[in-house]
Amino acid sequence: MKATAIRTNKLMDSIEVAIERSGLTDGMTISFHHHFRNGDAIINQVMAVISQKGIKGLTIAASSLSDIHAPLIEYIDRGIVKRIETSGLRGELANSISNGLMEEPIVFRSHGNRAEAIASREIVIDVAFLGVPACDDMGNANGFNRDGDNSAACGSLGYAMVDAQYANYVVLLTQHIVTYPNTPCAIKQNQVDGIVKLDYIGDPKGISSGATRYSTNPKDIKIAKLACDVMLNAGLFEDGFSFQTGTGGASLAVTRFLKEHMDSKNIRASFALGGITSQIVKLHEAGYVKKLLDVQSFDLDAVKSIQENPYHQVVDAQYYATPAAMGGAVNRLDMVVLSALEVDVNFNVNVLTGSDGIIRGAVGGHPDTSASAQLSIIVVPLVRGRMPSILARVNTIVTSGDTVDVVVTDQGIAVNPQRPDLIARLANAGLPLCSIEELKERAESITGTPVAIQYTNRVVGVVKHRTGYTLDHIYQVKR
Amino acid sequence: MRFVKNRLRRTMLFIPGNNPSMMPDAHLYGADALMFDLEDSVKITEKDAARDLVHQALKTFNYGDVELVVRVNPLNTPHGKADVMSMIEAGVQVIRLPKTEHAGDVLEAEQWIDHCEEVLGIQKGSVGLMAAIESGQGILNVHAIATASKRLIGIAIGAEDFVTDLKTTRSPEGTELFTARSMIVFAARAAGISALDTVFSDVNDEEGFCAEVALIKQMGFDGKSVINPRQIAPVNQLYTPSPNEIEKAQAIIEAIREADEKGLGVVSLNGKMIDRPVVLRAQRVIALAIAAGVVENTVVFDNIGG
Repeated sequence: MKATAIRTNKLMDSIEVAIERSGLTDGMTISFHHHFRNGDAIINQVMAVISQKGIKGLTIAASSLSDIHAPLIEYIDRGIVKRIETSGLRGELANSISNGLMEEPIVFRSHGNRAEAIASREIVIDVAFLGVPACDDMGNANGFNRDGDNSAACGSLGYAMVDAQYANYVVLLTQHIVTYPNTPCAIKQNQVDGIVKLDYIGDPKGISSGATRYSTNPKDIKIAKLACDVMLNAGLFEDGFSFQTGTGGASLAVTRFLKEHMDSKNIRASFALGGITSQIVKLHEAGYVKKLLDVQSFDLDAVKSIQENPYHQVVDAQYYATPAAMGGAVNRLDMVVLSALEVDVNFNVNVLTGSDGIIRGAVGGHPDTSASAQLSIIVVPLVRGRMPSILARVNTIVTSGDTVDVVVTDQGIAVNPQRPDLIARLANAGLPLCSIEELKERAESITGTPVAIQYTNRVVGVVKHRTGYTLDHIYQVKR
Repeated sequence: MRFVKNRLRRTMLFIPGNNPSMMPDAHLYGADALMFDLEDSVKITEKDAARDLVHQALKTFNYGDVELVVRVNPLNTPHGKADVMSMIEAGVQVIRLPKTEHAGDVLEAEQWIDHCEEVLGIQKGSVGLMAAIESGQGILNVHAIATASKRLIGIAIGAEDFVTDLKTTRSPEGTELFTARSMIVFAARAAGISALDTVFSDVNDEEGFCAEVALIKQMGFDGKSVINPRQIAPVNQLYTPSPNEIEKAQAIIEAIREADEKGLGVVSLNGKMIDRPVVLRAQRVIALAIAAGVVENTVVFDNIGG
């Protein structure tokens, strides 16, 4: 053995040691990913140690946050966390922040915008704490474990890959250290500074409650059929087309009807993009979709597929959705089907705040795909609960109306007047078209006009456009 | 008159009268008729509330062209008469009587409806009636029941109560229902009204459901009661004529039109004589095709669905 050779040792005994070695101090920015969604166990463990060390005034730049991150409320109260950047916010944490918990507003970014902000150093991540199901002792990491216990797999590491590439200091928190080299891999050894083995990094059950299933809700099915009809008649349904569908009931059901038409017309898709679900995996495995580009695995079937199917490819968030000139995969997307909480008469879409003005959702890839796909379809029930979904003005603009082509409801389809070509095509196909104003009137004829939410002047959230400017503000609700 | 005697009744969607969430959207799924239920799906303690709810739904929502039916409680119960009065006031088109056993049941309902129309200042004869037959006694009286009132638009078989009355259970083949179903169809045809089949309770058994729909269509039923919007499309699909059937029907109608123009009495097509039943069947095929949206509505028949 050469006496002079430097044998790198990245293994660290604990989160505490990793924090010390990283040089984390007051006012710095730390980052996390949300591949375990509501099953994430990293943020709460890391923040507990940070709070014990007395570090204050941190910015958390997470790819998203969920119900499970309610313990952050205490760290915000104690001044440990000062700012938050995220794609989404839910549960008690979202509720507290909507009610004015933080002095500085939350910055909401789309997945593409976050990736680009990190790459361009607009967001400088001082330390990234990235949970990985398995890595070797140099840091080659994947969202699953090829070499043994695979009970903590999350599939793609698409969001974490951006942090690993650009953060100043990268700590992997892993449940399994496997034999070197753990290749092929998503996160590479040259990006990694430290590795801590933990007993528990997350519960895959928190990703979804099992495989995402087709909805049996008749309204979802009706909306899905109409959305599928739009896809078939928009002039883009031809061999080699590409698409993305979300995980909402109607959006997911679209894939089922699409498959029937792919069958009857013998058309195959070149790729499906985005959050990948069980239903998309089934299409891939049956030969309907040639390749899957997966930034986030939405259920356990997708997690399994990414390990087994060679053309089920992990892609990072920048590759997926960057708004920069180099272009993301979204730029090659023919059609996308997206859900919504609210749509307004200018086709603006809200997926972030509820009808009570409280934050309860996530920006996700919604604005990225809507802006970049050739055809952007929003699926939404005309009335949800007792609230109309089509409004004069959405509570929060997340996806701007100029990027939305079609709104499909259970009671009619409205095409953006900017797309006369599409109006002509869909009218020719005999689809039930009407104006977005008519949809609003139909909704209000059932529910009445909702009373406007009363807000204070205090801004609790800022929504960034995917290209970086401020698109809208979220205000604190008046009590 | 609020009701139409002869119209398409392929599907009648059952909506529990105590389920407000289903009411605003019930007409969106392509059912030819909606049947709000105040009877068996509503607990005795909720009868008043369900009546008020359905009353408000009928008054509030615009259900478009869908036929509106309410199944009321039997008139000899404390709720039956109040149900009928309230529904007529709210604008119902057809009152469905449960557990009809004798022509007298229909006559009793007719008298009460006469009274309601008078009290409410509505033209006499505006509201239609439908009788559900759910016992051996009812089946034996089915012809008298079906012809008891001009208000009747159809008769239906309610299988769950019927098989219980027969001391048997429902089988996938429907052996126990065969005679009763046939008698319903005979009586409906004799009376010139619709014959409607019973519900199929296992929403998840699409295969079994489709087999039953194929059976009752072949037996001559106009349609079927459905308990979930998911059951509507399969019924409508099975009742949609094939392109071949449509083409033949169109040729028959065209041949009749040409013969009329030329003043010919006897019509033949491809060497076969076209007589009245052939024409009626062709007209029904086209009416079903129009309803299914596979043929454009350019011809108007006076006996659509009849």
